[in-house]
Amino acid sequence: MIQTDILIIGAGPTGLFTVFEAGLLKLKCHLIDALAQPGGQCAEIYPKKPIYDIPAYPEILAGDLVKNLMKQIEPFQPGFTLGERAETIENQDDGSFIVTTNKGTKHQAPVVAIAGGLGSFEPRKPPITNIVDFEDKGVEYVIRDPELYRDKDVVIAGGGDSALDWSIFLADVANSVTLVHRRNEFRGALDSVEKVQELKNLGKIELITPAEVVDINGNGSVESVSIKRGADVFNRECDHFVPLFGLAPKLGPIADWGLEIEKNAIKVDNTLDYQTNIPGIYAIGDVNTYPGKLKLILCGFHEATLMCQSAYQRIFPDKRYVMKYTTVGGVEGFDGSKKEAPKAVVKAIN
Amino acid sequence: MEQDISITIIDREGVEHTIDAPTDMNMNLMEVVRSYELAPEGTIGVCGGMAMCASCQCYVLSEHELPEMGMDEEAMLAEAFYVEDNSRLGCQIHISPELEGLKVQLAPES
Repeated sequence: MIQTDILIIGAGPTGLFTVFEAGLLKLKCHLIDALAQPGGQCAEIYPKKPIYDIPAYPEILAGDLVKNLMKQIEPFQPGFTLGERAETIENQDDGSFIVTTNKGTKHQAPVVAIAGGLGSFEPRKPPITNIVDFEDKGVEYVIRDPELYRDKDVVIAGGGDSALDWSIFLADVANSVTLVHRRNEFRGALDSVEKVQELKNLGKIELITPAEVVDINGNGSVESVSIKRGADVFNRECDHFVPLFGLAPKLGPIADWGLEIEKNAIKVDNTLDYQTNIPGIYAIGDVNTYPGKLKLILCGFHEATLMCQSAYQRIFPDKRYVMKYTTVGGVEGFDGSKKEAPKAVVKAIN
Repeated sequence: MEQDISITIIDREGVEHTIDAPTDMNMNLMEVVRSYELAPEGTIGVCGGMAMCASCQCYVLSEHELPEMGMDEEAMLAEAFYVEDNSRLGCQIHISPELEGLKVQLAPES
């Protein structure tokens, strides 16, 4: 069991900055994120796009913002559970919480801060009516173990990098690979597109464009898919159908934690500390809502800062504390590092 | 306001709304939909307007000549669901005086 002071769900900018503010109060943090790397949307969706409203940065790339935040919080040695989605929360008798991920990793903390943004990123599912009936019975939205496809007939749908990359990879593993895309053009990296073209010429990948998978057929598991090209609909026998249409955020299991939800976001007390209706669980950043809420990174930083003060009081109800400026108190890392403002030289005038 | 234009938006429940949209606030169609709360928060404009999620997809029903699609929009629509010939991303449609009388329908949530 992983134990910490503040368990942060979501490693986007708000979640990361929480580690810094908590660290100033000597509170340790651990972060859970469904994505494989920290940074949330900034890292996953738009790392190369500039942001213009971070105070004191006239312009900063989203990816660089994440890099800087990671550097800023390094002295506070945060723990990470990445690539796992926070699934359940249990209230303990001592007032603490146990959060378990979809992979069974357990975390215990007296304070939980949900900084989940728009939710956890889940694969986008094409609107094929019977697709749910075939999930894990030949339909997979994510390729976890390529060996599953050895010597099988595989149909992949999509036109982005992951559809191209997996088509290339599976061309050597599967018995046959068919790539179906709605356009003739692909928007993946140029060398991936060229490689697919080459494999197509060698007969190792069959490309069906502009076309769409419209139906899945089989008795208990996938036996074929129906593909629509123009006015034609035809069947293609296969063992697996892998739709790769990117990721979209979904509030997900958090929505069932008994928290008050409004407008697809978690209601919090913004007059005080961004606490939810469950004492000890806070929600900060894009995931929360309150009158006048703005989904801005800079607002998330502010919310994180206030939330940490309240978390401190919850963890140490009998201790007194007042906020200290970093320029005065410096930054003492858990790794023994210490940053502080240089002392002024005092010299007497004779 | 004289700088406003009138736009008709059919929401995902099929209800028609005729609303005023300002042309001087650098707004796009997705933002107009959100400002009038014609689709629940969190179901539209998820990526914030970067042509990266298609949650603001709409069907253009009137005969307006819209600005041509950029590469981002075209690529996103190639990956989106429920796409029709008249599909556009609301976030890529800048509200300008030429759009007076525009009529669009919001695509289903996916």
